[in-house]
Amino acid sequence: MKTISENEAWDLVIEGHGPLFDLKISEVWSYRDLLLMFVKRDFVSFYKQTVFGPLWFFIQPLFTTIIFTFVFGNLAGLSTDGLPQPLFYMAGITAWNYFAECITKTSTVFKDNSQIFGKVYFPRLILPLSIVTSNLVRFGVQMLLFTGMMAYYAIAGGSFRITWAIVLFPFLVLLMACLGLGLGLMITALTTKYRDLSFLVTFGVQLLMYMTTVIYPLSAAPERYKHLIQLNPMTGIIEAFRFAFLGQGTLTATSLGYSGAVTLAILIGGILIFNKTERNFVDTV
Amino acid sequence: MSIAIRVEALSKMYQLGQIGTGTISLDMERWFVTRVLRKPDPFLKLAEANHRAVKGDSSFVWSLKDVSFEIEKGETVGIIGKNGAGKSTLLKLLSRVTSPTKGTIKLKGRVASLLEVGTGFHPELSGRENIYLNGSILGMRKKEIDQKLDEIIDFSGVERYIDTPVKRFSSGMYVRLAFAVAAHLESEILIVDEVLAVGDAEFQKKCLGKMEEIGKRDGRTILFVSHNMGAILELCKRGLLLETGQIVRDSDVGTCVASFLERDKHRQPSERSDKNGLLDLGRISINNEYSYQIDNSSPFEVTVHLAAKDIANATLFFIVENAFGQSVVHKRVSSAEIGHSVIDGEFRLHVKIPTLWISPGIYTMYFKTIAPATGWSGRAFSERISVEVAGQAEASGKAFMNPSVTWSMHPEEAKAKALLV
Repeated sequence: MKTISENEAWDLVIEGHGPLFDLKISEVWSYRDLLLMFVKRDFVSFYKQTVFGPLWFFIQPLFTTIIFTFVFGNLAGLSTDGLPQPLFYMAGITAWNYFAECITKTSTVFKDNSQIFGKVYFPRLILPLSIVTSNLVRFGVQMLLFTGMMAYYAIAGGSFRITWAIVLFPFLVLLMACLGLGLGLMITALTTKYRDLSFLVTFGVQLLMYMTTVIYPLSAAPERYKHLIQLNPMTGIIEAFRFAFLGQGTLTATSLGYSGAVTLAILIGGILIFNKTERNFVDTV
Repeated sequence: MSIAIRVEALSKMYQLGQIGTGTISLDMERWFVTRVLRKPDPFLKLAEANHRAVKGDSSFVWSLKDVSFEIEKGETVGIIGKNGAGKSTLLKLLSRVTSPTKGTIKLKGRVASLLEVGTGFHPELSGRENIYLNGSILGMRKKEIDQKLDEIIDFSGVERYIDTPVKRFSSGMYVRLAFAVAAHLESEILIVDEVLAVGDAEFQKKCLGKMEEIGKRDGRTILFVSHNMGAILELCKRGLLLETGQIVRDSDVGTCVASFLERDKHRQPSERSDKNGLLDLGRISINNEYSYQIDNSSPFEVTVHLAAKDIANATLFFIVENAFGQSVVHKRVSSAEIGHSVIDGEFRLHVKIPTLWISPGIYTMYFKTIAPATGWSGRAFSERISVEVAGQAEASGKAFMNPSVTWSMHPEEAKAKALLV
């Protein structure tokens, strides 16, 4: 059979084993409309048949801030680097929430969407990407709440200042998104066959928050544990975020460079593992 | 003609039973053997052919095994076979939902697969929003959907509900909308699993019509899986018959369906004869031949071998079914009426059938007897034969009957004209 058409141009060749290093970026790009459609679906379906609609995005960070201010600020009396307590916590919560949502939502992407994945092909990476993007919308809404609070404290005379590092903001968001995505992709790929890891995700992310400088500033951390906390790539990002908006925090080229490097490694690793798993996950999920 | 799809030695293995405990050690063993020792995968050798009902030793089965074929551009191919023969696996591999264990698939042109209608429909979103969502999932660009939106809504026939969340749709409306989206996909290759099972008869007809149009007018390649032999015969030119993961026949659709029905009759061996051995129906011949081909414009005679031990008041049946399993002919006679109130010994039972004028196609014929005196045990079936009925096929539409008619036209007479006014 392998005669004349051997040198024919095929549009697509499906084989059992694909190349190991294949990020499939161009394929994902050609499906960009689908990504937007998923984002729209997530957003619209979130507030359909609710009275307050997108207002619900405010509730969670607002209440968490109140609780944190009460428990960690007043009862435990943790340092906030001289910043108004609600502002300090809300900065941490808003940023952390985005990262945490990215990681928990992407970590179940295979399981949650096995219905669609089992029936039609599109680059699987589209769905995790859409999750990260639709969480970005949510993050944006919560940032509005945060800036509203900043405005309030500016008028009320709270001691904080916006620094030059604000220009790094888009980069910080990108880092959080990529880090959450990369870790989520790894977890979802590993949990298609072995469900064990999925039990770890929810409380693991919660525990990780205490390993990050969300409820305390890095400057107040005990010297012995400082290096351990700095090993967490999210620490550098949250500290930079706080420095940018509130003027307090540890931002060095090393800390941010470290976070960036770890994020890139995790993202590429995550995509590779994900792409390898997606080929056959339908059979085992 | 150029080739649109080439499948070479395609195989797909599945693991049966519980996946979870124990698999990590299997995975590590496999990884060690294939990657470190560089030997072939030991589990591939263990795998068996996929017999659904037969208990096997291995927990690995080949859902598809060494399947190779080529499909030319513009061909419409029907894939038939029993449950578990590998039809859906083949479609899944072709549409890249899962990847093959071995072998390659080469495709030319954009592939759209319809393994399920309404994939990704979100119940909270409106019909219109779901058209966009579903269209994008199937691989359409937003611009394309914009252009075809009116056409899609029109085809679906649910215009009034288009801004209502689809969770309020009836299941029929849901399917209509979903198929309407899929029908407007612009792909060179269309892969369709049994999706027409839902929806009312009118819509099923509309779907088949649309698919026929896609195939014929646009010259697109269609792969169609169905258990509905009528739909397969109507839509497809070529047939692929799968059995336990292998292609057992690749031919024109008529012979393929006939061959499938022929194999299918072995499904009811237990019904062949009664348990007491008092009554038995044997082989069937048509016009004293075993070739089972008749012409729809001539009469024919069917004969069956019959053996009985002292059976009284037996009723004899002769049945012809079309590809849909509907009875076209269902005749009965009591043995007394044909001069044997008690049957004892071996006989030849003849049925003389006048010209039937049934539409050409594949039909199933069999005999049945019931003898009340022996209780339910006195029930016997003959073999079921597939008969190819030849004849002039009507070019348009598919009727049950296709009689030879005489047409004529005469000028209206004056008297009759007056009546009309």
